[in-house]
Amino acid sequence: MQVIRLEKRPQPSQVWTWATPLLAVLATMIAGGILFAILGKDPFEAIRTIFWDPLFGEFSSYSRPQLLVKAGPLILIAVGLSLGFRAGIWNIGAEGQYIMGAICAAAVALAAYPSESVLIFPAMIVAGALGGLLWAMIPAILRVRFGTNEILVSLMLVYVAENILAYMALGPLRNPEGMGFPGSRNLSQYPAAANLELLPGTGMHWGVVAALVAVIFGYILLSRHILGFQIRLAGQSPRAAAFSGVNPARLILICLGVAGALAGLAGMFEVAGPAGRISIDFNVGYGFTAIIVAFLGRLHPAGILLAGLLMALTYIGGELAQLTLGLPTAAIQLFQGMLLFFLLAVDVLTNYRIRFARREAA
Amino acid sequence: MTDALLQLKGLTKAYPGVVANKDVSFDIRAGEVHALLGENGAGKSTLVKTIYGLVRPDTGTMTLAGQPYQPGEPRAARTAGVAMVFQHFSLFDALDVAENIALGMEDPPAMNALAGRITEVSAKYGLPLDPSRIVGDLSAGERQRVEIIRCLLQDPRLLIMDEPTSVLTPQEVEILFATLRKLRSEGTAILYISHKLEEIRSLCEHATILRLGQVVGTCDPRQTSARDMAEMMVGSILHVPSRPQAPTGEVVLKLDRLSAPPPRQFGTALRDISIEVRTGEVLGIGGVAGNGQDELLLALSGEIKTEPSMVQFKGAAIGRAAPNARRRLGLLTAPEERMGHAAAPDMSLTENAILTGTIREELSQNGFLRWGKARVFAERVIKSFDVRTPGPGNAARSLSGGNLQKFVIGREILQRPEVLVVNQPTWGVDASAAAAIRQALLDLAANGAAVIVISQDLDELMEISDRFAALNGGRLSPPRPAQGLSVEEIGLMLGGAHDMEVAHVAG
Repeated sequence: MQVIRLEKRPQPSQVWTWATPLLAVLATMIAGGILFAILGKDPFEAIRTIFWDPLFGEFSSYSRPQLLVKAGPLILIAVGLSLGFRAGIWNIGAEGQYIMGAICAAAVALAAYPSESVLIFPAMIVAGALGGLLWAMIPAILRVRFGTNEILVSLMLVYVAENILAYMALGPLRNPEGMGFPGSRNLSQYPAAANLELLPGTGMHWGVVAALVAVIFGYILLSRHILGFQIRLAGQSPRAAAFSGVNPARLILICLGVAGALAGLAGMFEVAGPAGRISIDFNVGYGFTAIIVAFLGRLHPAGILLAGLLMALTYIGGELAQLTLGLPTAAIQLFQGMLLFFLLAVDVLTNYRIRFARREAA
Repeated sequence: MTDALLQLKGLTKAYPGVVANKDVSFDIRAGEVHALLGENGAGKSTLVKTIYGLVRPDTGTMTLAGQPYQPGEPRAARTAGVAMVFQHFSLFDALDVAENIALGMEDPPAMNALAGRITEVSAKYGLPLDPSRIVGDLSAGERQRVEIIRCLLQDPRLLIMDEPTSVLTPQEVEILFATLRKLRSEGTAILYISHKLEEIRSLCEHATILRLGQVVGTCDPRQTSARDMAEMMVGSILHVPSRPQAPTGEVVLKLDRLSAPPPRQFGTALRDISIEVRTGEVLGIGGVAGNGQDELLLALSGEIKTEPSMVQFKGAAIGRAAPNARRRLGLLTAPEERMGHAAAPDMSLTENAILTGTIREELSQNGFLRWGKARVFAERVIKSFDVRTPGPGNAARSLSGGNLQKFVIGREILQRPEVLVVNQPTWGVDASAAAAIRQALLDLAANGAAVIVISQDLDELMEISDRFAALNGGRLSPPRPAQGLSVEEIGLMLGGAHDMEVAHVAG
């Protein structure tokens, strides 16, 4: 009888570390195609609509800039999350930190309105980062002081943040000239606070720049800095980390703090640019999708850069598929979820070798 | 001898590089408790594995009750009436006593009937045990009873017990001995392995002593002093340290009533440990595993924090200092568990060099790692300590246990510690490498460092220690000069005779 055995590799395979994301994308395309076929759509057309048309299709001049607009926040958040994930600190609440960053940044801008000061935009950046950071400090401090589970706390705080968002959109931050409609003033039309497109037609804005800077800093931190070493060590081998002198509480505060600050920044750039205003439905799930991006990118900054672009592509392509093929939103979300699912499944190849062997007689 | 139950004749078993048993012959009679004595590595465990069918001898024969006996596997041994209680239990915590026992039987009876038999046997042999209790809730002594009753249900003719008392409280030891004496009176032979000589003197009527795989003597423990038995075990010549006595320097490390709760479940609390360690000396700390060795090392490495004054380095109270602060001072440690504690398995050797070397080897600058320097340091460790690996880029988990041990010890020694604490420094390391590690530890002390060696290897401790102390139940005996320390005293210190009142025991 043929059996499949998994054999632990003496060292993680370099090849498979990078091949598994590609394999996962391929498997997602196949399984997604089957899914779309069951829904009665032409699978090839659906896959083409999602992966090809946004970049090179009929309406690509509109959708292409969207790639960077969507990838920017995903990458920025995912780089922050990846630090914690590497250390075994599971911040699932980036969405909440993103919202709080946006609210704080918007509040600063709206408080200054209609000042023309050049300090407003920098002040918003600081406020956005601080808002996300402080929101992330709640699970961090609860974990350090009382040993609570940061997964639950950070996740639940997302729903708290969503309610604060709704309150702000309807209350304190509502546009006084908005004729009673919910939502704040449009910051993208307030020059001192606007996060405008830097190069016309590319989608490039300050948030994308920040994401690229985060990728570079993330790479340097993980590969060159002692803190990055400690993060990796704590995730791989907690006891060895304790022996090495890593202070777990400090690491929790740093990892959650950095992730929160970057998520807050992403929220700031979003509210000042593409979204433009604080509204009830301001958040669209970047904080959760960034979790997939982080893992798809192997928790490696360069990988996250590529994964963020890919995931942005499925967002845009998904919208396009909804529009042109009538695919339901849920199918697109399922498609994105599948990507993470397959990635985790094929991940086993990195550390294990598959052996086909005949079962030995007992 | 005609009334021998089990006769061993000329058993030899060789492994690559080591002869575990060499021409071992002796008899075990029905109705006797037969002690098998010897140090770690003397070949005891290979011998009992041979009897229990886990190891096939290269040459030699065994006879059980007059019949040729060649068990190919433990099942055959059990069928022939040989049962064994291992030092480490093989029980499932989540199952109850009866279920655990049923799992170990060839064809278990119905659960009700089995529970009845368990109750019956446990009452008969004075081993109180409720068959419906969950094993996870049982104490070590009760778990051992599960294993013993599992054996007794097979009506064994020969029961092998490997270090049965190492996990027991004194009260539990009394219960166990009563059971063993009752079994003896019913004609069951018991092969009893232990390091605790006083126990053997009170329980056994025959002893066979192994040294380096060979039978070096037999005796009647009731008539023989612990000293004589220990000398037979260790050999007439003790490995007296041959190096010149290092001049005793000033006190560099002082433990002052060091106490700490156990860091984890089933750990050992440290109780009131006081000792002074001077530059240039090697302090050997012996003891049976699980008596606080790991915890003592953690308290010294900084992984367990204590009252500041409990650990003093050159007069500075550092009980609360973090591991790297202690490294900066010159207090370095090497824990026993290599994979996952002393080293990160998935990281390269270079990265594992950074693990403890950052401070003293200056492997970082303004927080940035100096990879080149780290690689050079890792290469130096690999070269100086003959670590067999293609290079420093390889993951720690790709190394054999002994090679990784050389790396871990070498990493600390090359950082020029002022105080080095090592736990089981040569565990799993082959003889020549072990000698090299010991020599390196001695050289370190000769150059003025203080070295604390925690080990279960008595020979090792006697070879390199200036002073010797024993850990037992988290307490440290007062240190004694190793030179001139009699074998018997060592045995008693290890065996837990805390009061050191050896005079009235000496025969």
